[in-house]
Amino acid sequence: MYSDKVMDHFTHPRNVGEIPEADGVGTEGNPVCGDIMKLWIKVEDDRIVDCRFKTFGCGAAIATSSMITEMVIGKTLDEAKQISHRAVADALDGLPPAKMHCSNLAADALRKAIDDYLSKKKGAKVKHG
Amino acid sequence: MKPQIYLDHAATTPMRREVHEAMEPYLLEHYGNPSSIYEIGRQARKALDASRDAVAEILGAEAREIVFTSGGSEADNLAIKGAALAQRGKGNHIITSAIEHHAVYDTCRYLEKYGYNVTFLPVSAEGMVDPGSVAAAIRPETILVSIMHANNEIGTIQPIAQIGNILREKSILFHTDAVQTVGHVPVDVGELGVDLLSLSGHKFYGPKGVGALYIKKGTKIEPLIHGGAQERQRRAGTENVAGIVGLATALRLAVDEMEETAARQRDLRDRLIEDVLTTVPHTRLNGHRTQRLPGNVSFCFEYIEGESLLLNLDMRGIAASSGSACTSGSLEPSHVLLALGLPHEIAHGSLRLTLGRDTTKEDIDTVIDVLPGIVQRLREMSPLYDASTIIR
Ligand SMILES: Cc1ncc(COP(=O)(O)O)c(C=O)c1O
Ligand code: FES
Repeated sequence: MYSDKVMDHFTHPRNVGEIPEADGVGTEGNPVCGDIMKLWIKVEDDRIVDCRFKTFGCGAAIATSSMITEMVIGKTLDEAKQISHRAVADALDGLPPAKMHCSNLAADALRKAIDDYLSKKKGAKVKHG
Repeated sequence: MKPQIYLDHAATTPMRREVHEAMEPYLLEHYGNPSSIYEIGRQARKALDASRDAVAEILGAEAREIVFTSGGSEADNLAIKGAALAQRGKGNHIITSAIEHHAVYDTCRYLEKYGYNVTFLPVSAEGMVDPGSVAAAIRPETILVSIMHANNEIGTIQPIAQIGNILREKSILFHTDAVQTVGHVPVDVGELGVDLLSLSGHKFYGPKGVGALYIKKGTKIEPLIHGGAQERQRRAGTENVAGIVGLATALRLAVDEMEETAARQRDLRDRLIEDVLTTVPHTRLNGHRTQRLPGNVSFCFEYIEGESLLLNLDMRGIAASSGSACTSGSLEPSHVLLALGLPHEIAHGSLRLTLGRDTTKEDIDTVIDVLPGIVQRLREMSPLYDASTIIR
């Protein structure tokens, strides 16, 4: 039922793990099925230079997590924020209809990680300024 | 592609070659309608009668107490809706359990919409219904009790005979869904004390789409399917002759080898359970340790999700199943696992391995060999699992 690309990312997930000194961290729970994803980003000059994840979820959740890390590395924060869950699903040659919600997990965790980075940065500025 | 190791016999079983051979003449040359009076019709009638006799004898019933259906789901629906409708004047209360198969569970839920009240009895952590709780739930308006013989997910075998004893003197009908037990453990309607019992051909190496309901003499039941006078007017429609012959043949074969097959499966089952529980930390066995189907093994692996586990096993040629939300289609974890008191995230990591008559020691060795690695790899990917802080 999954595309070859989903199976590829599921069997060989890219960028699994944590970034110890991450600039931003986002955790997202899937309200639909209870699955959880955590995503770490490293940022330099408003550009995501590294991204890692850990996911407790189905095959589609793991594959979309892996896919999104590949998609964001090298992108600016603004570009990364534009990535929709549909874009992640499309990059995997689609997901079964019942599994479309799984891609929300990755897209939302990414947005939270970026927001986390931005609020930390703002906080730091306020402190120094 | 055929899985090298099929461990999903509770979902369905491969049809035996002998069964296929017994069915074939009724699909080809003996195609007559059993209700017709000419020769090929009579041949079909004879086969139908012989099959009914065989099934009845095995269950300790009379031939006229057996109604063939399109499977276990229809048998459950006929038992529950049929009994509820026939006794509408008497009462409107039904007692069942929280772990029934959807064919019973959803049928009871459906009847709630039409004015019936249903008590869903809780179960113990091992998935056992307390016969005392059945007795305590009885009201003057109770018309039917439906408790499954063994659960399809966790394998727990229920104290049906004890519940039967409680109900024996009362004018309350007693139904059991024996889809998972018939052909696997001894099933005798008299010993169990039931009025209605469902079974399904494809769970014991027979064909899919054919089952039966035992209806004790004198039990009033409204048909669900109206039309011709087949099955003593309890189930209209030209009989699935080949399917019924297949079901009866499969049941006969299963019963003949039952003791030996069950003993072999129990050995393999127990070894699989013990080995996995000792080699994989944070693992629980679902269901009862001893009062369980000979072929059923059900685990919950904490910190991981069942579908990912199944995909990984599939890549190793192992076919199994899970009650995880992600595999359910409804995105809710199995109601059975939740009824055991398991939290959502643990129910999520469930794995059911159900052994069959052809499961070998080598198959089980392979599972024991690959499973710990797969679980470990998924745990390392899980944000809920932190190996360094978990004390083993
Ligand atoms: C306990 C139980 N009841 C009922 C059924 C339904 O049987 P069938 O698939 O023949 O409709 C099944 C099998 O899926 C089952 O395991
Ligand atoms: S994340 Fe649970 S179904 Fe996909």
